[in-house]
Amino acid sequence: MPIANSRTSVPVVIDEEKCIAEKGCTVCIDVCPLDVLWINEVTGKAHMRYDECWYCMPCEADCPTGAVTVNIPYLLR
Amino acid sequence: MTETHSPRVLETDVLVIGGGTAGPMAAVTAKERDPKLRVLLLEKANVKRSGAICMGMDGLNNAIIPGRATPEGYVKEITVANDGIVNQKTLMAYATRSFDMIRKLDEWGVHFQKDGSGEYDVKKVHHLGTYVLPMPEGHNVKKILYRRLKRARVEIEHRYQATRLLKDASGRIAGAVALGTRTAEVLVIRARAVILSTGAAGRLGLPSSGYLFGTYENPANCGDGHAMAYHAGAELTNLECFQVNPLLKDYNGPACAYVTGPLGGYTANAGGERFIECDYWSGQMMLEFHRELLGGRGPVFLKLDHLAEETIGEIETILHSNERPTRGRFHQGRGTDYRHKLVEMHISEIGFCSGHSASGVWIDERAATSVPGLYGAGDMASVPHNYMLGAFVYGQIAGEQAAAFAAGRALPAADEDFVERERRRLLAPLERTDGIPPAQMEYKIRRLVNDYLQPPKVTRKLEIGLERLQQVRADVEGLCAADPHEALRAAETQHILDCAEMAARASLFRKESRWGLYHSRVDFPERDDANWFVHCQLRKSERGEMTSLTRPVEPYIVPIDENERDAYHRLRVKQAVNA
Repeated sequence: MPIANSRTSVPVVIDEEKCIAEKGCTVCIDVCPLDVLWINEVTGKAHMRYDECWYCMPCEADCPTGAVTVNIPYLLR
Repeated sequence: MTETHSPRVLETDVLVIGGGTAGPMAAVTAKERDPKLRVLLLEKANVKRSGAICMGMDGLNNAIIPGRATPEGYVKEITVANDGIVNQKTLMAYATRSFDMIRKLDEWGVHFQKDGSGEYDVKKVHHLGTYVLPMPEGHNVKKILYRRLKRARVEIEHRYQATRLLKDASGRIAGAVALGTRTAEVLVIRARAVILSTGAAGRLGLPSSGYLFGTYENPANCGDGHAMAYHAGAELTNLECFQVNPLLKDYNGPACAYVTGPLGGYTANAGGERFIECDYWSGQMMLEFHRELLGGRGPVFLKLDHLAEETIGEIETILHSNERPTRGRFHQGRGTDYRHKLVEMHISEIGFCSGHSASGVWIDERAATSVPGLYGAGDMASVPHNYMLGAFVYGQIAGEQAAAFAAGRALPAADEDFVERERRRLLAPLERTDGIPPAQMEYKIRRLVNDYLQPPKVTRKLEIGLERLQQVRADVEGLCAADPHEALRAAETQHILDCAEMAARASLFRKESRWGLYHSRVDFPERDDANWFVHCQLRKSERGEMTSLTRPVEPYIVPIDENERDAYHRLRVKQAVNA
C-alpha cells in the first residue's frame, strides 16, 4: 500500500553518545508501556519508532546512563 | 498466507489479565492463598512500569481510617455522590477492607503521610467525609508490587495482548487467547479461573489537543477487558455514566485539587472566584465546571497564587515528581509558575473508568462477573469511585475468589474452532497488503465519539454517531498492519470500536439525565427516579446482538436520609459569582 512520508517531531529523544543499547541494554525499551521504543538497526541505539507517547517518563527515569529525555509532544507544548 | 500451525498453549490455574494495580495484587493473593496453584499474570507491557500508576501515585482518594471515617459514612458518601445507583454491598466490601489494605501496603514499604504522632494524616476533599491520604513518596508503588510478584513466584508473560476469553461448553470460563505484541504470536492460555484487570477504556474520546495518545488514562488501557467481557457474554453496567475529568488545559494530568485542596488551592473561574464548594470529582462537579466554561465565566483555573512560598514548594514537589512527572516540564514550557499565574483547566475526553465514575464490567461484592469463573477488579470493574486503593482491595478479593473457584474444577479444554477463528481474525490485518492502517481507523472512531457522544448528549446526535460507528465496523475487514506492533494496534482499535458502540447504545437507553455532566441528556433533562432508579446493563445476546436491560438497585444496607440524598446537587457556591 502507499507510504506517504511525513517527518515528525517525536517526544522521546535519545542521546546516542550516552546510550549503551549496543552493549545489550534495553531498559527504556523494556519499561515503555506503549512499546514505542525500539533498537535502530542502523545505529544500534534506542530510538522512538512510533509516535504514540504518553510522556509518562519511565524510559527517562530508569535509563542507567541518562541518555533519554522525554519532551512534551509539540501539539501540547 | 498465515501458516496453519497450531498456536502455543499454556496451562495455568488462575490467569490474571493485566499487571497494573489490581492484577499484581490479585496474583499475589491467589498464590498466597494456595502456593501450589499456578498463577499466570499476562501483561501487554511490562509489569515494572505498566498501567495507570506506572510512575506512581500521589495519594489515596478513599482511605477509611478508623477514628477519622467509618465504612458506613463512606458507603453513604459514594451512594450520594453517585446519585443513588450503587450496589452498596460492593462499596461496603471495599470499605471494610480499606484500612487493612493500607496497613498491608505500609508493611510492604509504600509510604503514606503521617502526622507528628505517627497517625495517618488524612485530609478532607469530599463533600461530606475525610478520606484523602497523601503519598508524597508514592513513586515506588510499582517496584514494590513487582518485588511481591517475584517473591510469591507468580509466572509473568510480558508483551502479550489478551484479545478474547475462552468458555467451556457449560458457559464457564476456560482461559483466553492472546497476541504477542512484538511477534504477533498467537497464544492460548487454558485456565481454571480468570481475573480481568485491564484498567479503564481511556482511548475512547479524542483529547482536544489532537494527540491520539495524550489521554487522561494510560493509553495502553483502551477497553480490552470491557470488550473481552462483552464478547464472552458478561454484563457491563452504567456505561452511560462516562468518565469526564477536570484536567489541565492541554496536559493530561489532573489539575489535582486533591493534592492542592487541603493546602489551600481551589478551582476558580475567570474572575478568580471559587464557584464550587467541593473539588471532589463527581458528575455534578463536572456539570458546574461545564456551565462555568459555557456561561461566559470561563476559562476555569486552578488557583494557587495566593499561597505561601513553602506551600507552593511542597505542591511542586508532589505534583512534579509522582503520578505525572512531565507536568513540571509542561508548565516550564508555557512559563507557568504557580506563584504568579493561574493554571488553565479544561474538560477531559470521555472514557469508561469505575475508578472515577461507575462504568464497567459488572461485578458483585465477591468480584464475580456474570460469567462463572470470571472475576474483575480495578478501573475496569463496576465498583464506583474505587481509585487505586479500591483496585488493590478488589484485586485481593478477586484473587481469593478465583483461587477458590480454580481449586474446585478440572482444567477446561479450549474450543479449537473458536481459537482458530480468533487466530485468523488477529492475523488478518498482517496478511493484507493494502487497506486501512489502525491509527487512521482509531482516529476516525474517536473523532466520531467526540462529535456525537460527548455530553451534553443529544438523542439525534447519539443516533447518527451509532450509525457512523457501524459504518466503520464494515471497514474492519480492511484493517491492514505493517508489523506486529500495528497488529496490536489493530486488535486494540477493534476493542475501542466495541467500547464506542457500547457508549452510544447505553447513552440512548437511559432516557433521563443523571450524574451531572456524565449523563446529561438534553432531550430528557430531569432525573426520573420513578422510571430510571435502576442499573442499566449491556450485554451480548444469544443472537450476538448488543442488548440493554435493567437491573434493580439492591436494597440499601446503609440507609440514606432524605436531606442527605441531594447533598452533591448543592455544590455551587451560594453567593452568585460576578453577579
